[in-house]
Amino acid sequence: MDRSLVIGALIFACLLAMPVLLPLVGAEYLTGLLIKAMLLAIAAISLDLIIGHGGMVSLGHAAFIGVGAYAAAIGLESGIENILVLLLLTLVVTGGIALITGALALRTTGVYFLMITLAFGQMIYFTLTSLAAYGGDDGLTLWSLATFFGSDIVQNRGGLYFVILAVLFLSWFGVYRISQSRFGRVLRAARDNPQRAEVMGYPIARYQLIAYVIAALIAGISGLLLVQHAEFVSPSIAAWQRSGDLIVAVVLGGLGTRNGALLGAFFIVIVEELLSSVIHEWRLIYGPLLVLLVLYAKGGLNDLLTPAAQKGR
Amino acid sequence: MSLTLFLILCLNGLQYGLLLFLIAAGLTLVFGVMGFINLAHGVQYMVGAYLIFAFTGLTGHFGLALVLSLVTALLIGLLLEYVVFRHLYDRTHLDQVLATFGIIIFLNELAKVLFGPTTLSIATPEFLSGSIQLTEQLRYPVYRLVTIGVGLVVAAGLFLTISYTRTGMLIRAGSTTPEMVAALGVNIKQLFRIVFGVGAMLAGFAGVIAAPIFAIEPGMGDNILIVAFVVIIIGGVGSIGGAFVAAILVGLIDTLGRSLATELLSFVFNPSMANQIGPALASMLIYILMAAILVIRPKGLLPAKGVH
Amino acid sequence: MLEIENLHKSFGALTVSHDISLSVGAGQCHAVIGPNGAGKTTLIHQISGVLRQDKGRVALDGKDVSALSVWERVQAGLGRTFQITSVLPSFSVLENVATAVQAKNGSSLRFLAAAAREAALNDIAQDILTRVGLGARSGQQAADLSHGELRLLELAIALAGEPKCLLLDEPMAGLGRTESVALIDLLRTLREELPMLLVEHDMDAVFQLADDLSVLVDGQIVARGTPDEVRQNPKARAAYLGEGSG
Repeated sequence: MDRSLVIGALIFACLLAMPVLLPLVGAEYLTGLLIKAMLLAIAAISLDLIIGHGGMVSLGHAAFIGVGAYAAAIGLESGIENILVLLLLTLVVTGGIALITGALALRTTGVYFLMITLAFGQMIYFTLTSLAAYGGDDGLTLWSLATFFGSDIVQNRGGLYFVILAVLFLSWFGVYRISQSRFGRVLRAARDNPQRAEVMGYPIARYQLIAYVIAALIAGISGLLLVQHAEFVSPSIAAWQRSGDLIVAVVLGGLGTRNGALLGAFFIVIVEELLSSVIHEWRLIYGPLLVLLVLYAKGGLNDLLTPAAQKGR
Repeated sequence: MSLTLFLILCLNGLQYGLLLFLIAAGLTLVFGVMGFINLAHGVQYMVGAYLIFAFTGLTGHFGLALVLSLVTALLIGLLLEYVVFRHLYDRTHLDQVLATFGIIIFLNELAKVLFGPTTLSIATPEFLSGSIQLTEQLRYPVYRLVTIGVGLVVAAGLFLTISYTRTGMLIRAGSTTPEMVAALGVNIKQLFRIVFGVGAMLAGFAGVIAAPIFAIEPGMGDNILIVAFVVIIIGGVGSIGGAFVAAILVGLIDTLGRSLATELLSFVFNPSMANQIGPALASMLIYILMAAILVIRPKGLLPAKGVH
Repeated sequence: MLEIENLHKSFGALTVSHDISLSVGAGQCHAVIGPNGAGKTTLIHQISGVLRQDKGRVALDGKDVSALSVWERVQAGLGRTFQITSVLPSFSVLENVATAVQAKNGSSLRFLAAAAREAALNDIAQDILTRVGLGARSGQQAADLSHGELRLLELAIALAGEPKCLLLDEPMAGLGRTESVALIDLLRTLREELPMLLVEHDMDAVFQLADDLSVLVDGQIVARGTPDEVRQNPKARAAYLGEGSG
């Protein structure tokens, strides 16, 4: 039995039980924290498809969270209430933007790709801040939220926690499945040795663009869910530092592994929570901690949880 | 729109462009020579601005503070190189991104702790305050003119150094064929340190001269870093000439765009529509330029030859 | 089978390919030899599409492929190996070949089913590995193979693309004596069904495998013919064999 599958299943069992367990110990306030971690994890898992499996270091992924969130928020403001319609809107807008920026960014590789995704991410961020009608810099508080055909199951007072958990599960399961599929195999081949993959007869840029769009779509969905949860949206969710956080999650967790991005996202949220409860200026510790982890802990958290025998995967 | 306003905008754009060049030059050299992608380069710009603020406060003398700031910026750069960066040269770009991201988080927070989260400003140094009459209708602040002049001098100096000195030759060789430089028996670590130190000092210098014009605040280096990346992409990685041309281009387009986009759009759309789209379009202009360059010349306007 | 007509390529003032024409017929092995820097690898790059020629055309099976990109030429049936070994290091030996098999068998736009469990792909891959003598190594990670095994793996990957014609860029490079002999044997049996263009330094290999020989010097073909004819050709001897016959 694959041990990573067991660890993953345990994590999801815990997450499923939490809404029941937390009230018993009087710690309901932690639900918000869990939701925050799950939303980060969804986006981080999607980013792992392009960084971990695709070898394309994108430094603008949070922009797609922002695009998804704003598509949903603007939809809500224009009177669309059905979450499925909002979802469709989010996917179309995020996918369209990812298709254009991805096609441009994939004209280059390596560090150019990194700089260009960073630049496009920043462009999207500034565009969001200039949407004066939707709050500009300050963001927008949403007075009406999406419903599922009139039911509040997709809201905080309904079952939003479980909806987010379900989306997290699907992302976790789906992205790893994709990475092991025929498509994912080509993607990984292009990561390992692009020239070789091309001389096997694959137009690799097309596969990379598809992966880029899939990842953006998932990030867009996490943006939609973020809006539903926070009942508020602001450009800060698309800031480049958020993209940096996502990369931290993916790398610390272990690139291209089944649970890496999931563990990394929870790690970040927990560390932030712990550090900030000890010292207000927690970033003074967090920053150097990152540097130390990069310098001394290769392989990521996933490595610490994986026995040496399985490290080939 | 009057010609005077247009000229003022062009001068502002030129000045912003030169500032960008000072930052992009270090960034592109460090990447060109060492293959090192340093997100924390923008932090040096912030450090420069805070240093001049602190030293002006301490000494009360801009010139003295300037010298102290440059020396300190250099020392901070070298310290970072020694403690962190030199361990990252043979790592993947991903590791470099992550570690330098950690340094940004740390230094931005440190600036907040030491100087507070609010925006600071310093006065234009006395002997450079005031403005001069350029044409009949055009008065322009002396300080801005001086920064343009200084920026051009530094750019020329850098260009001459790279083109005609031994170190410059090694830097050029290092960015195209690093194996050859190593084979020549050059102390490559020393070369890296020099390039890094100069880059850090240039960015710090940009922060120093920007301080009297723009707001000093934590995180001020991050946005300008990303614009510097745009400059590098447009100019071509590792190319000083490319960085110069692209920086001026970006500086002019951004400055003119922000002031004129709304006005120009109002010829096509009604005023409220133009007010909506104008600012958004203006902030996108340099990225659109970048995208266009990518389509036409994926390697940038003046790529360094054979960059890895 | 493979026809190359008047291929011309220069980088600035340096002409690396000067009106090169040659052809590889069915069941034939055409070898290109020449001193270092003669433009042999550049020639292979142009044929496989890595570099675009300035003038001239490349035709495979009567069909002009000059305008096609690298992957399209592979799909059209032009396989190649690299001078510097090029495999997928994090993949297993079997998956290296299965990935190449996949390019020829059905769509790669399948997103859910686990590719590693597709028996149809794995069986073909395993057959090819057995054929090149790597059958027992299929479970190994490619990065763990020896240099000689990697050269065989590259050949297996090229074969998996079901090429109509194979471009071999110094397949013997870095091989030991026994490994070379084995590879020459293998290539000789392959030649019957698969025409190949061989760029090689190892004269033993060339004289054992080649039906036709072209001598490339400074981007120009200075002599051609059967191996025996070329051996007698004074121009070829002067340019190349004199220094490389040992």
